[in-house]
Amino acid sequence: MTPFRYEKPADTAGAVEISRRAPAARYLAGGTNLVDLMRETIERPETLVDVSHLSGEIRDIDGGGLRIGAGVKNTAVAAHRSVRERYPLLTQAILSGASAQIRNMASVGGNIMQRTRCLYFYDDASRCNKREPGAGCDALQGFTRNHAILGGSASCVATHPSDMCVALAALDASVQLEGPRGARRSLNLTDLHRLPGNTPEIETGLQPGELITAVELHPNRFANRCSYRKVRDRASFAFALVSVAAALDLADDGSIREARLALGGVAHKPWRARTAEALLAGKQPAETQFRQAADAELSAARPLPHNAFKIELVKRVIVSSFVALAQRKEASA
Amino acid sequence: MTPANPAMRRFGTIGQPVSRLDGPLKVAGAARFAAEVRPERLAYAAIVPAAVAKGHVIAIDAADARATRGVIAIMTHENAPRMGRPPRFIEDPDGTAFDSSPVMQDNRVRWNGQAVAVVIAENQDIAEHAASLVRVSYSPEAAKLSFQALLLSARRPASILGQPTEVNAGGDAEQALASARFTVDEIYTTPRYNHNAIELHALTAVWEAEDRLTLHDSTQMLALTVSTLARVLDLPKDHIRVLSPFVGGGFGGKGFFSHTLLAIAAAKLAGRPVRLVLSREGVFRLIGGRANSRQRVALGARSDGTLTALIHTGATGVMTGTIFPEQFTFPARHLYAADSLHLDQAIVELDIPANIAMRAPGESIGSFALESALDELAAKLDLDPVELRRRNEPQKDPTDGRAFSTRNIVEAYRRGAERFGWSNRNPAPGTQRDGEWSIGQGVATAYYPYYRFPGSAARIRITADGRAVVQAAAHEMGMGTATVQSQHAAQLLGLPLDRVTFEYGDTALPPSALAGGSTQTASIAGAVIAAHERLVEELLRLAGNDSPLAGAGPKEVETRNGGLFRKGDQEIGESYETILRRAGRDHAECEAVGTPPAEMMNYSMLSLGAQFCEVRVNDITGEVRVARWLGSFDTGRILNPKTAASQFRGGIIMGIGMALTEETLFDERSGRIMNPSLAEYHLPVHLDVPQIDVIWTDIPDPQSPAGVHGIGEIGITGCAGAIANAIYNATGTRIRELPITPDKVLAFTSQPYGQSRPLSS
Repeated sequence: MTPFRYEKPADTAGAVEISRRAPAARYLAGGTNLVDLMRETIERPETLVDVSHLSGEIRDIDGGGLRIGAGVKNTAVAAHRSVRERYPLLTQAILSGASAQIRNMASVGGNIMQRTRCLYFYDDASRCNKREPGAGCDALQGFTRNHAILGGSASCVATHPSDMCVALAALDASVQLEGPRGARRSLNLTDLHRLPGNTPEIETGLQPGELITAVELHPNRFANRCSYRKVRDRASFAFALVSVAAALDLADDGSIREARLALGGVAHKPWRARTAEALLAGKQPAETQFRQAADAELSAARPLPHNAFKIELVKRVIVSSFVALAQRKEASA
Repeated sequence: MTPANPAMRRFGTIGQPVSRLDGPLKVAGAARFAAEVRPERLAYAAIVPAAVAKGHVIAIDAADARATRGVIAIMTHENAPRMGRPPRFIEDPDGTAFDSSPVMQDNRVRWNGQAVAVVIAENQDIAEHAASLVRVSYSPEAAKLSFQALLLSARRPASILGQPTEVNAGGDAEQALASARFTVDEIYTTPRYNHNAIELHALTAVWEAEDRLTLHDSTQMLALTVSTLARVLDLPKDHIRVLSPFVGGGFGGKGFFSHTLLAIAAAKLAGRPVRLVLSREGVFRLIGGRANSRQRVALGARSDGTLTALIHTGATGVMTGTIFPEQFTFPARHLYAADSLHLDQAIVELDIPANIAMRAPGESIGSFALESALDELAAKLDLDPVELRRRNEPQKDPTDGRAFSTRNIVEAYRRGAERFGWSNRNPAPGTQRDGEWSIGQGVATAYYPYYRFPGSAARIRITADGRAVVQAAAHEMGMGTATVQSQHAAQLLGLPLDRVTFEYGDTALPPSALAGGSTQTASIAGAVIAAHERLVEELLRLAGNDSPLAGAGPKEVETRNGGLFRKGDQEIGESYETILRRAGRDHAECEAVGTPPAEMMNYSMLSLGAQFCEVRVNDITGEVRVARWLGSFDTGRILNPKTAASQFRGGIIMGIGMALTEETLFDERSGRIMNPSLAEYHLPVHLDVPQIDVIWTDIPDPQSPAGVHGIGEIGITGCAGAIANAIYNATGTRIRELPITPDKVLAFTSQPYGQSRPLSS
């Protein structure tokens, strides 16, 4: 690990200010990903700005939504009563990630900002355009079983490893940011992460120094028909081969008023499946209908040497998830 | 306060579930491991691994590292102390190295990950940081890295663990196969696997003088480490002491590797004691694991299931010039009566880290192929796989015709099948369902040879207060060695368990054979039995003419109830205290070497078992979950059911990992292991492991000391076969390539999901 300076500012403005002045600074919350990467010398921040004590509350917001502070631990989010009752999809997604010990440490902001698990990104003897722009990518012809099938580029085929973000993408969550001089803005989670293109080293739309302060969830009608299903190589404590966050809102006549679908393990960002959603809106739920929507969403998929299986796998999980949701009896109010 | 272990006060605890004597120490954090020894002026080391597979180091820029505050020295091939080549295991009686390449003596790179520099610093953090600043330039050469591409150049090794590489028996097996009524002829592949004991490899090396070394090591090869070091360092053996009181998991991976010499050389160079603890990545890069394999198993059978031909051949990928082919054809040498046998192995030599012993090397992967093929034959014959094995049960060893010392596998199968409920299984594949899960049961034979190594010694000392100390330079890797040896010695001496202390883990004690090949329990028990015989003679001599035992010969007396007594007579005898006090002695002490393991020459000696499991296979995702397990073993007498059950269970868990989740991702372009971490090298987690039931016949082997067989390795054998066979029963799909990950299961699903079934709501 490269030596670094450690700062613990009193408030968000102070954190942003330190970060603005020290260019090679990183925000530190749970440290479950950043510290690992520092130990591997993949990350070499000169300054760590500890924000783990900031933005630590979950509260209702006007209009019926929920605001989750960026510093709240993953475990606390998953266990929070309002999350379990109004956004069970988020609870399921969080609980399918990592291990209990890691979830106890990991923050909401850190989960969003976690970096890919690409084996070649982690190995400093390999070429990686994320670590060293323009160096080349050894993953392309290497072990690609865990890599992207959607939205990859010749520069990078890494995937975003978060489970939580897949649920947040499906829920249309927005991310609250605070930048230098108190500049605040909001970004849809689906717009926060980028596809790699020619600049895979730029992973998010955050500006230098900008700090995630909260995630906001909006009211929705999916609480009774949503599910997060993750397929992995062992029963727990593994990153997704694919994951599917699915939600349905059915009209009184049984037709689909709105479907939500987001996929994990398939792209450089949590993949919101808007093509499939659009195809399902207004339709009567049927297995063939779900399959067509999945086929349409994945028609853009471009498999790599070892990950073609993900295409059929994710389609199967999409279909089975929606079928189960459509069959689910409405919970009595 | 430690709660009293009620067994401690008891006499005759053999066969009792005594809790591990080292348990309280470990729970309290009081057991000191090699990485926790802290001599004065201790320095810390970190390794710089090579980034190419083959070539030469042409320059090492260590200026930034050297300038880092707290760095003491940087060792490279240019300044490392001169050391000889380590003698190799098996081929040299002093040797314990798997790879005899010189360590940091030249600028050659022999595998990707080999150490090219060692940074020695005032603390571990500085050492690791400075190591990251060392820049190494290479002149790379074309490396041999692709097993598949080089398969045609595979060659037959001269021997396998001293046994002939090729075995033919009963005529031309290929011809018998060609004319067989029922046949199976398939290729099975297994990947590379890496060692991942909880405890990282660690050493604290202390040069007590210019020519005297004390090494605090984590090793399962104490005596051989001394003899190897004596040769490499050109020192007398008695100038080297190795201590290893606790090993945090061995499995074949804790022994002499390049890191051993790197720590010793670093301590010499720095002029200070040095501690080297490998990182998890370092364990992957420096230590090695199980070689990959491609195996062919072909079976020919009559319609009653009896085998006319058994062919098991194939190749493993090993480091060039090494001697460990992984004996995957060994199970087929002893398990089944076939009219004809053809068994043969080859190696593909590659520029990779040396493969090393890893829990049942060879037998683990070989039993996967063989036991899968048996199941395939059973399906073709429409015969129950347990019955198929019974019909091929040999009366004598199929390879060399020797009698079996004991063999109760049919009974183990019978008891296992009954307890597992095997008769409830529907043999037709794909018939048991639970929602989106297909359920199936599978079975396979577990096999590991009985070995006992010669040359193990033990010392017994009886003191005038009626206590005994038993000493042997044995190894406790967490499996219960100290506990069962205490039980065995206490039983022999007729003392309650709390009056016997077993001292081990130090080469200053009488030398023991290595803890490998599942040999340690029998080897040490043999030595303790020999020392006990001497002790009886010594006590009889000390008892003298004033003793009620006067005139009795050693064969007429026995030790029991805290003393020496005439056989068959409750009354005549006296306590150890009485004998020693009258003789004016505060102790009596005897040391002896165990008898040579002649039983291995005279008999075919096998440990056997039947692995039964149930799996659930997800129709949608291809995920496989093991739902329940029963292992039924025939492994001689069980000294301690508690520690034995843990050994069996641990082996089975490792077998589940081997079957379903573990795989070293070796990039054939670079020769680099790409998943050197527990995040990406998938060991099974708790949720992958079902309740594991284990039972055993507990029939003592009349030919082995104390009737025991080693049980450290057999648990992993047969597991992958049982799982693959259960997956077949669940789905009708045969997967012959480990590990069986969801993508492989899914590849056999021809029907795209979601286009057929109506939705009921």
